[in-house]
Amino acid sequence: MDSLSRRDFLKAGAALGAGLTLAFYLPPARARRLAVATPAGEAFAPNAFIRIAPDGTVTVLVKHLEMGQGVYTGLPALVAEELEVAWEKIRVEAAPADHTLYNNLLWGPVQGTGGSTAMANSFDQLRRAGATARTMLVEAAAEVWKVRPGELRAENGRVIDPKGGRSLAYGELSALAATREPPMEVALKSPKDFKVIGKTFKRTDTRAKSDGSAQFALDMHLPGMLTAVVARPPAFGGKARRFDAKAAEAVPGVKAVFEIESGIAVVATDTWSALKGREALAVDWAPGPGADLSSEAILKSYRALAGKPGTVAARKGDAQAGLRKASRRLKAEFEVPYLAHAPLEPLNCIVQVRPDGCEIWAGDQSQTMDQRNAAAVLGIKPEQVEIHTTFAGGSFGRRANGQSDYIVEGVRIARRFSVPVKLMWTQEDSVRGGYYRPCYLHRLEAGLDARGRPIAWRHRIVGQSIVAGTPFEAGMVRDGVDATSVEGAANLPYAIPSLLVDLHSPKLPVPVLWWRSVGSTHTAFVTEVFLDELAHATKADPYEFRRRLLSGHPRHLAVLDLAAKQAGWGRKLPRGWGRGIAVHESFNSYVAEVAEVRVNPDGSYKVERVVCAVDCGLAVTPDVVRAQMEGGIGFGLSAALFGAITLRDGGPEQSNFHDYRCLRISEMPRIEVHIVPSEAAPTGVGEPGVPPIAPAVANALFAATGRRIRRLPIGETIRL
Amino acid sequence: MITLTINGAPRSVEVRGDTPLLWVLRDHLGLTGTKYGCGQALCGACMVHVDGSPMLACVTPVGAVAGKAVITIEGAGGRAMEALRAAWAELDVPQCGYCQSGQLMSAAALLARNPRPTDADIDAAMDGNLCRCAAYHRIRAGIHAAAKRLGG
Repeated sequence: MDSLSRRDFLKAGAALGAGLTLAFYLPPARARRLAVATPAGEAFAPNAFIRIAPDGTVTVLVKHLEMGQGVYTGLPALVAEELEVAWEKIRVEAAPADHTLYNNLLWGPVQGTGGSTAMANSFDQLRRAGATARTMLVEAAAEVWKVRPGELRAENGRVIDPKGGRSLAYGELSALAATREPPMEVALKSPKDFKVIGKTFKRTDTRAKSDGSAQFALDMHLPGMLTAVVARPPAFGGKARRFDAKAAEAVPGVKAVFEIESGIAVVATDTWSALKGREALAVDWAPGPGADLSSEAILKSYRALAGKPGTVAARKGDAQAGLRKASRRLKAEFEVPYLAHAPLEPLNCIVQVRPDGCEIWAGDQSQTMDQRNAAAVLGIKPEQVEIHTTFAGGSFGRRANGQSDYIVEGVRIARRFSVPVKLMWTQEDSVRGGYYRPCYLHRLEAGLDARGRPIAWRHRIVGQSIVAGTPFEAGMVRDGVDATSVEGAANLPYAIPSLLVDLHSPKLPVPVLWWRSVGSTHTAFVTEVFLDELAHATKADPYEFRRRLLSGHPRHLAVLDLAAKQAGWGRKLPRGWGRGIAVHESFNSYVAEVAEVRVNPDGSYKVERVVCAVDCGLAVTPDVVRAQMEGGIGFGLSAALFGAITLRDGGPEQSNFHDYRCLRISEMPRIEVHIVPSEAAPTGVGEPGVPPIAPAVANALFAATGRRIRRLPIGETIRL
Repeated sequence: MITLTINGAPRSVEVRGDTPLLWVLRDHLGLTGTKYGCGQALCGACMVHVDGSPMLACVTPVGAVAGKAVITIEGAGGRAMEALRAAWAELDVPQCGYCQSGQLMSAAALLARNPRPTDADIDAAMDGNLCRCAAYHRIRAGIHAAAKRLGG
């Protein structure tokens, strides 16, 4: 993200997807280099993404991290479609780290996964890659049979000569095809001819994830490998005043104890020895610059800031004048806490430093950044850092970090050894380690005219900038506004004649980061609950109220209508139940969710049912889209009900899943997902399912109890 | 030296008796299908079967299972597990997949004692298995589908 904002990239991506007959994206000289440079023996490697072995096996190299969102399925499907091979013949491999070949097309010269861009940026690229390979195979067969390529067709892994009544398998043609020039242009299929895209087919990784054979970075073991853990300060920015390594070094298996920038590293022959060594370590920590920070103090300072105008993020009409002439005004204040990502596989990596470079194994979400940051530590070139990307046991944004915190830590430890070193964070390290979704305070005011129509909307946001001080700042902060702090609020879709959104981005020593759906994690909650308040104030039905204000936004409207219809909006619910609705666009995908809650007389409650409608353009892998909506709803619900990192004495109060509560199976609602049929360019699905669930549930709880929820998490019970 | 029976085969390891079974499996025996998620019996990712009962390897000292039969995801088989794997494949249950060894070991133990579990039975048996991707919807459906396959 060097010069353009993410939204601009997404727009560019949407435009890219629109043309089905664009010229091949690779300049021919480069395409040739790729084909020639591949050390694949007899295999046919027409481009950086496809290898066809003589036995007919097709390997697709995937440039994005598989962290659950299904890229090892959706991206190979694009190749299978154009290459004309049976889905079962496809094998998947992680592409190496190389931004010259595997950059995220929506981010510029950077390889990485995030912002729900994997499908959007690959849709044309991988179909073209598949079509190129198919064209070359057909041309090779034409050469063998001395016929024109136009007389032949490709089907199910073979080139067929209908007139001659003969066929050759791709594997038989691979050696010859490898000698041919890649075509300058290829034609892509029309959607009506799709055999794979949009159909139901199986994930490529289910089997390995059901028998224990799937390899996550934490599962890798290299010969001679050592394992490291790091003791880190209890408060952010703290440093060791002194430490006594004697007891730690006395633990059998412990090889070395030393200080690095982030704490004290304990390196041992195995994990348990390293953990025991760390336990025995005595460290006297000096409090850092934020040692007196607490969540209460932060919110107090945010409230004071919210009294003053911030930097304008969006302005339409004159909201002040609109509020003055309103016949009724409503005000509300909202709070959301810091959130940890807490992937079940905590952060870890294996690093081997050699005199001529460095090798890293990780569930790597941000290869180019990690190469740069690792290289900077070692004083070598980024291309001397080789990254092997494994499966990641969840990430939710945590493994994409402009500072490459855990990678850099691993390099700083491993550079002292000639053997590979695995750095493991425990779950406590992960929960306590910062890089949280920031805590935010929102203040809103709206004006209604005499007929109950909203005529003015003023929205002030206070919270840390995610990108300030990172390599992304230059591209994503414009006129003092971090786009990720205001997305979902600055582009409020509702037809309200005047709007003013402004922002304060105070700086604090608490490290913050994007967290699945980024700004929309809080802006959707705030705007969709406040809009519900306006509907209620005018005695309007919350669904109809939204409908009237969305006439200029057909895609919002379509998902809203679909979710309402499928949920049976308006149908009577049992006593104690409530129904709530929310709609939100993020990452160019549109999602509406209707939640039904059952509230018990003691204030305990359960989210019983969620009906979700999604418009993500063309759904390449409909079942993965459904799974991502289901999971996004559960992930968002986990945060809405329980998620909170609170600070005291400059550090987090929570440490593991007992006090950083996450959703369990008994708390999962029944979920129905409905996909809006579309032939528009595909957009993301990893994140957009998350934002609407918190407001939908909060609005449902209001419908059931009359209690407005303006602070997250909601908690185990609601006060009746 | 501690001798264990892992997936039907005798294995000996040179570790302290207080070492959690989890790290013996992962670091010493190369059986990495059993996952570390919390180390505190909070997430269920390290679920194994010891003499047929589900047990959390992260808080089980290896000394406590000496001489007992330990089954991990790599060695787990039998009708219930095969039915579960078939259902997992049919419904594409896993997302990131990191918790799935534990989910399957818990689900297999459930089906072994209750071949036709209700939703409430599933909640009770599976609530200790966290899934941060929240694939719960399909985990539940997968257990019901497996029960059906077993003819329960």
